[in-house]
Amino acid sequence: MTPIVEVRALHKRFGELEVLKGIDLVVNEGDVVSIIGSSGSGKTTLLRCLNLLEEFHQGEVRIGGESIGYRQRNGQRVRASEREIAGQRAMTGMVFQAFNLFPHMSALDNVTLGLTRVRGMSRRQAVELADHWLERVGMLERRDHRPAQLSGGQQQRVAIARAIAMNPRVMLFDEATSALDPERVGEVLETIRSLAQEGMTMVLVTHEMRFARDVSDKVVFMDGGRIAEQGPPATLFSTPESPRLQAFLKTSSL
Amino acid sequence: MQWDYFFDQVISHRDALLQGTAVTIGVSLSAIVAGTLLGIAIGVAVTYGIKPLRWPARVYIDIIRGTPVLVLVLATFYISSAVGLDLGAFQAGVLALTLFCASHVGEILRGALQALPRGQIEAGRAIGLTFAGIFRHILFPQALRYALPTWITAAVEMVKASTLLSVIGVAELLLTTQQIISNNFLNMQFYLLAGLIYFLIDFAIEQVGRYVGRRLDRPARRTT
Repeated sequence: MTPIVEVRALHKRFGELEVLKGIDLVVNEGDVVSIIGSSGSGKTTLLRCLNLLEEFHQGEVRIGGESIGYRQRNGQRVRASEREIAGQRAMTGMVFQAFNLFPHMSALDNVTLGLTRVRGMSRRQAVELADHWLERVGMLERRDHRPAQLSGGQQQRVAIARAIAMNPRVMLFDEATSALDPERVGEVLETIRSLAQEGMTMVLVTHEMRFARDVSDKVVFMDGGRIAEQGPPATLFSTPESPRLQAFLKTSSL
Repeated sequence: MQWDYFFDQVISHRDALLQGTAVTIGVSLSAIVAGTLLGIAIGVAVTYGIKPLRWPARVYIDIIRGTPVLVLVLATFYISSAVGLDLGAFQAGVLALTLFCASHVGEILRGALQALPRGQIEAGRAIGLTFAGIFRHILFPQALRYALPTWITAAVEMVKASTLLSVIGVAELLLTTQQIISNNFLNMQFYLLAGLIYFLIDFAIEQVGRYVGRRLDRPARRTT
């Protein structure tokens, strides 16, 4: 099993407030890892550290074996250059809670932008690949629509296509269904589930406990900036060890 | 009103009138183009710049926007010659209007950029774009759409402000008109004529702006 994501002793502060207090986490190739926990536990911050949308102050994140975001120069820890960081971010695909599609572009152009500008593909190659992924998420017929002409669920599926078309080592989902109408949640979860079944490596921050239980190889419970408990979903959900997880599971609908 | 006499006068001064109109258009367009380019740089600096860039840009915008254009025109003309910069009246005038235009464009762009959701930058970063790419493909096209109506207003203001160059002796349309009037005393007719020409220039700018706006609104644009 090849580790795709390796997090070691990760610390992150917002000013005085320490939000990640030493995180160690390994995600192997093909694994689906769900991070659960109450708001403020640090789960979204951890996910955002994995693609350097957040800076971190100690520890290390490796994606595909490469240490990202920082380098040692004369014994000093310095932030990598903007160009290096941009390249490292492209190793991960991120799906946001608020979709964050580019509103001035069609669904198709949302997907091709990174392919032509970051991957250096020709327009034709990019369109071909974008069409493939738009079809895969069921959005090919709407490829020429602007985001404003799409429902939330449709927008999120385009956002998934945009991220995965870049051929990332790992897909990161940050509460991908939290902003959706209840009747739209299912279509997005189905899309994520089918990608998981094809062997895509994924890290999901989610409040969908049932989905986390069904789709994950490993579930990570975060509490107060630490990983309080982790394990296969069957054990974690049926026999939680820590009182905090027991209490958390009691209040969340499963 | 003696219309025959007026038309005779228009025809005999037509070269001067055309020349004055050309100078007005030339001054305005130069200032709008140069001021917009400089203004974009200032707007980016004030919105996304590191502190040593952001503060000078902020101070620039506040000071220049708060100064009457006439003062800017006179100051540029007299200070430039005092410090040994050999600018003619035309160049000094264009420079003053450019500086003024840039301060407005900078502020307009800042407002438009700050209205964009933070998630747009993050989505651009997440697909591996550098800031330059994010600005060019994601932020600027969206900000342009927000900023266009105000930018058109600023461009029209520049044409009006170009009349102030008459005080430093640039023979633009207003000064030319005054010179013609001093020969034939047809005050009302020639001021009305000048007003009509200014209106036509501004009208043309607004039409161009509307055309660009429609282009930006066209659905499913190809961006690459």
